[in-house]
Parts: sequence; C-alpha cells; structure tokens
Amino acid sequence: MALLDAPRPSSRLRDRAVRFVEAATTPLLPADYLDLFAPLRSGADLRGRIEQVIPETSDAATIVIRPGADWAGHVPGQYIRIGIDVDGVRHWRAYSLTHGPRSDSRISITVKAVPDGKVSNHLVHDSRPGTLVHLEQATGEFVLPGDSPVKALFVTAGSGVTPVIGMLRNLFPVTDEGAIPLQRSKDHDIVVVHVAPSEPDSIFIDNLRTLDEAGMIRLVDRYDDVHGVLDVNQLEALVPDLAERTTYACGPSGLLDALGAHHEAAGLDLFTEQFRPATVVAGDGGTLALDRSGVTLELDGSTPLLDAAEEAGVLMPSGCRMGVCFGCVLPLKSGAVRDLRNGEITTAVPGETDNGGVPIQTCINAAAGPCHLDH
Amino acid sequence: MTAITKKPVNPTAHLSEADVEQIGIELDAIRQDVIDERGAVDAAYIRKVVDVQRKIELGRRAVLLASIFPPAWVAGTVGLSVAKILENMEIGHNVMHGQWDWMRDPKIHSTTWEWDNASTSEGWKHSHNQIHHTFTNIVGKDNDLGYGIMRVDEDQRWHPFHLGQPLWNFINACFFEYGIAAYDLELGKNLRIPKEKRSDAFKRNAKNTLRKIRGQATKDYVVHPALSIPTGSLVPTLAANFTANVVRNLWTHSVIMCGHFPEGVETFERKEIPENETRGQWYVRQMLGSANITGSRFMHLMTGNLSHQIEHHLFPDLPSRRYAEIAPRVKALFEKYDLNYHSASLPRQVGSAWHKVVRLSLPNGLLADTSAKTLPKQAATLYKLTTGGSKVRRAYDAAQRRAANQALIEARQVA
Repeated sequence: MALLDAPRPSSRLRDRAVRFVEAATTPLLPADYLDLFAPLRSGADLRGRIEQVIPETSDAATIVIRPGADWAGHVPGQYIRIGIDVDGVRHWRAYSLTHGPRSDSRISITVKAVPDGKVSNHLVHDSRPGTLVHLEQATGEFVLPGDSPVKALFVTAGSGVTPVIGMLRNLFPVTDEGAIPLQRSKDHDIVVVHVAPSEPDSIFIDNLRTLDEAGMIRLVDRYDDVHGVLDVNQLEALVPDLAERTTYACGPSGLLDALGAHHEAAGLDLFTEQFRPATVVAGDGGTLALDRSGVTLELDGSTPLLDAAEEAGVLMPSGCRMGVCFGCVLPLKSGAVRDLRNGEITTAVPGETDNGGVPIQTCINAAAGPCHLDH
Repeated sequence: MTAITKKPVNPTAHLSEADVEQIGIELDAIRQDVIDERGAVDAAYIRKVVDVQRKIELGRRAVLLASIFPPAWVAGTVGLSVAKILENMEIGHNVMHGQWDWMRDPKIHSTTWEWDNASTSEGWKHSHNQIHHTFTNIVGKDNDLGYGIMRVDEDQRWHPFHLGQPLWNFINACFFEYGIAAYDLELGKNLRIPKEKRSDAFKRNAKNTLRKIRGQATKDYVVHPALSIPTGSLVPTLAANFTANVVRNLWTHSVIMCGHFPEGVETFERKEIPENETRGQWYVRQMLGSANITGSRFMHLMTGNLSHQIEHHLFPDLPSRRYAEIAPRVKALFEKYDLNYHSASLPRQVGSAWHKVVRLSLPNGLLADTSAKTLPKQAATLYKLTTGGSKVRRAYDAAQRRAANQALIEARQVA
C-alpha cells in the first residue's frame, strides 16, 4: 500500500504554504504576529482571558476565564496550571477547576489568598477582567471513577474544598432556583466533612448548604473556632458508615497525613490531593546537582556555581564572569541560589515556576540550598 | 584618544583607591534601587514596544505590496526602516543583554531572542555582551575599537591601509549588519587560518550565520517582492526593503560610533588593567569609556536608549527605559568625583567620531604639524611612510613616541 504512505498532495501544499509564510516572517514565526490579534486562537500556545473576578469571601474569589480555542476540557476534580504576571514577573500556580461543564465553555478557579501568597493575593485582590493568562491543559487523578454511582466521603479543609466543589457542581448543578436533581446523579450517596478556621472564612459554604438542604449531600461542617481542630479519630462518630465509603480528601498536609495513617490502620481507601508543595527555604550553600552531566557537588555559600562546576571538570557555558554578559545562563530546575552581588535570592519551585526552570546566571550566583541545574 | 595612562594628566589621577571603591558602592546602590523598583510598568513598556514594532512592520509591509505607487513606497519604506531600527535597538539589543530576563517570559528573553539582523544572536552576544562590555575600550582587547578595520586610537599602529578608512567606515556603515556578522565571526582572523585548521566552533558559527543571512535575504529580497508581483510592485518592494536595511544600517552605525568614538572618550592600556580588576575599577573604566547623546524622547527610543551609553555601560542589564531616570544621579556622581560626563547632541557626536576616523587615517602627529608651509614636507613624509614598508613606519613611530614621551615628561614636570 505504498500509495497510502505518500503524503497527500493537500498536506504537502499546506507544508509549502507554511514554509513560505515562515520565510516571510523570519526570524520571528507567523504565530508571533498572529498572537498580536488573536492570542486565544486555535494553534496558539494555550492562554486564557480573565472575564470576571467574583468575590466569594473577604479573602477568596472565583476567577472566570475564557480559555483558548485548544482547551481540551476537564474532568471535575482536576486542576490546571495557570501562569500570570505579578509585578511584571511570570509565576505559575495550580488551581482546581470549580465547576462542571458550562454551556458558555468558560472555566473557573476559586482562589483563597494565603498569607504572603504572591499569586493568590494578586488573583483575589488585584486581577482584572481582560488580563491575558497562560494555561496548561487540565490534569490530575483526583476525580470520581466513571459514571457509576458512588458512595463517598469528601473531607475538605480550607481551600481544599475547590476540587470537590468542581465534582459536586458537575453532579448537582445549582441555579438561582436551587439545586437541580439530575437523573444521572440520583444514586450517588455523598457526605462532605468540611473543615475551616471559622464560618466566615469558608468558601463555597453556601453552595454546600444548598445541596445539603436539597438532600443531595449530607454536610458536616466543622469550624476550628467552634468545634476545635478536627481529630481524625472523630470521623467514625461524624460519619457512622465511614467503612463503607471511599474517602476523597483535599487540604493541608497535616490533615492528609493524619487521615492517611488513620485509613491505613483501618484498611480504608483514600484518595488525596494537595497543592501547596514543600516551600524552598534559602540557606547558605548546598548540594548542586547538574542533572544532565550527572555530577553532584557540595558547595559553600560564596562560590559561584560556574566556578565550582568548572573546578569539578564540567564543561559550562561562560562569558564575562562578572554578571554582565548573560553568556552563562542555565535553567535552575529547582532550589535556591543567591546573587553574590546583592544577596538576592532566586528560587525555582517545580509547579510554581516555568516547566523549563528559571534561567539564572551561574557566574554570580552561589548555592542557597540544594539546587538542580539543567545541564 | 591616547590611553589615559599615557596622557599628560591622567583623568583618574586624582582618585584614590578608596574613591574608586566608593564609586563602585554608590553605583551599586543606584543599580539596586532600579532592581527594587522594576515591575509591572517596565513589563508593560517592553510589551508595548514589541507590540507597536510588530504592527508597524506588518502594516508597512502590507503597504509595500502596492509600492508601485510612490506614496505607498515612501510610507512603506519609512515605516519599515523605523520598524527595523526599533527591533534592532530598543528591542533586540536590549533583550539580548538580559534586560528583561527578570520577567521570566520565555518569549522576551536573552536566551531565546533572535533579531532582524544578518548576525546571529549567539554571535552577537559573544562579541558584544561578553568581549566589548567586559573589556570596554582596552586597546588590543576590545575589538569594537575600530572593528579591526579602522584605527580609532593613537595607540593603534598606523598602516597605509588606514588611509582609506573614511571610505571603509562609510561602506561599513551602509552594510553594517554584514559587517557585524563578519566581525562576530572574527572572519578576518579566521580566514587567515588554513581551512583544515579552523576551529569547529568557527565552522559551526559560520554555518549558522550563512543560514541566518540566507533567511534574512530571502525574506527581504525574494518573498516580499514576490508577494508584490500582483500589483506590479516587485522591483519597488525590493528597492524599499534594500533602502530600509541601509537606513537601519546607517542609523545603527552612527549611534554605535557615538558611544565610544567621539574625541574625548578615554581608552585604556592593556598592561595597565590589573589582573583582578575590582568592580570599582571596572565601573570607572565604563564611566570614562562611553559618551552620551542628548536629544528628544523619540531620539532616545530610536537609539534603543544607547544615547544613555554611559548608563548602559554601567548597568547593561537594567531595563533601557530606566536609563533616562537614573542619568541625573549618575551625572551627579561624575561631578562629585570630578570626572568628565561626556555628552553632546547627535550631530556633534557623529561629527566628532567622523573627525577622529579621518584624523587617525593619517599617522600620528602628521595632521597636527601640517601647515601651508610644511605641507610639501609632510606630503613627502606621508608618501615615504605609505610606500616605505614596515621598517620606515616603525622608525617614524619610534620618533613620534620619543617626542610624545618627552612632551609627557615636560608636561608632568609643569603640573
């Protein structure tokens, strides 16, 4: 069937047309010009435009985004990575999608401003409709299995409610007239144990109450200031049929760890989701791993990465050796470095910085903790 | 200019070691203030410039599709020239310096930017960012002092070849982008090496540069003229693109000449630069080795803010739009330490740079000692030097040097 292997004339013609247009725009790409007018078009890097910022509580807001044409959809419970410029600097964060399928094909995330959270505070308090953001397709395993009826317990703490809200809104849409009972959802048996520091801090509590009042879920809300901090051993009392349920939990690591230990001892199924990754704490010196060279070095806090790597026999890109020429720039995949000229710390946190890493000048930066360079 | 260490009065002689280090500390503080402040406004600025530049280029290239009509030709050519200048100066040059790396936007980043020029970004970053910005105005180390084809300092040895340098300089100005490409490759030096002995790095860079030149030429001289065929504008579009490239070349060449060539900009002796030059010493060399251009905001934009050459050489990685803002503080520092902040209008700086190119096309001292009376004698000397071979030139140089040293000793005794 040699005939089928040959490229079809139409695709060959298209390739030629593409090459011709590229020859007209070099050294830029045609996309660089198209992006000026249609950043959300099909074929562009995936982006979105903020359409609405809806306050939920005093420190939380739902951001409604119109995604680019190549948005592939999501399964409730999944999250997206969103890249947004704060003070001119691009940051990336992961947020759960907090809705089911929407007829207007918009997506939304609900963000709670955490203390010192650069991105969350910006999104909640300073983001404006019209802003272009960078997106990645939805991902995550924290989803309900298929369409079969589930008997589940959701344990959510603080903003850990967001992926669960996404799932619940998919199962039980809430409109101004109240919750809508869907045929496909009538056999689900769901209990939500929601934990928050206090009631006013609780995002989506109204949504959960509406569902509870409509009898679609059973809500157990616990507030630290009223009930004290939740002890996982109380769960059997709060949810008597705990052993018959599959538990889905999302919240801070303390709660998830305790729940993990509890469920393991009890032999119960547990699915968890946690967003806040371990934060990078800058120190003085550290281990430098040159991932592609397969070299690991123990460094002090005053030797430039470039000098140390060369000393160890690694062939490094280099230039002026004084921070001027940018000829030594390499991506820091993770970790922290200190600029020896002014002490400024640069950190790379997988998930929160670009997937390619943060490009740094190796000639004037020293290790400020364990770090990985893509070299 | 003669290197500062060979002048009757070294312009840095009054600075103590502590002064030099204090200058470094004060300049670092200015740099830190900008770093602390830079943010959303700066990011919005560069995105705006990129956006406007691309729209001008796109729009004017569209106009040129009908360039058979003279008004379209003029509007298109002017616009395309402006677009190319903006791309090379305010955007390309500055992005490649890492001025916008802090935004962490992979599309506006020193590691990814490729500019609308015959030279490759990689080659440019090496010869410009690394060599020129590190060894600024050190005779024999900074190849920007005459680009290897001109004599722009008394301390560079005269050769009869330099008699033609006003012409070389003009030709280089017209085709500056190719001059830069050749210069980045160190073509002169590498072509003298037998083919089989040339380094792999050179071969790779040469291949990349040829590919870049082919792409650039195809765009301007084949694809866009071909697109203009339907209106019968093939030749006018070709001419327009050629003109825009030459205009861009003449402009960028003029701006770059103003940065380091005007009379009064200082140069440095290789052997006088300490092995471990301190940050303060490096700063002082940048302060004295650069010259600014005064003018309107539009002029600053079109020079890519290289009109603030002094500020740029002190802080090559700060956002260009901040140079104007810190210039008064930098100037005050010059005054505090009694150093010459070299600044003049564009015509004056261009004139001064050309004056130097003409003056130094002749052997040292020849022009200065020429009057109506001595003209025949001087002409005979020049003839002898031109035709006499290297021995005659060395003897003349030695005599000049002796006279200069004598004058230096006398001047210092007086001082």
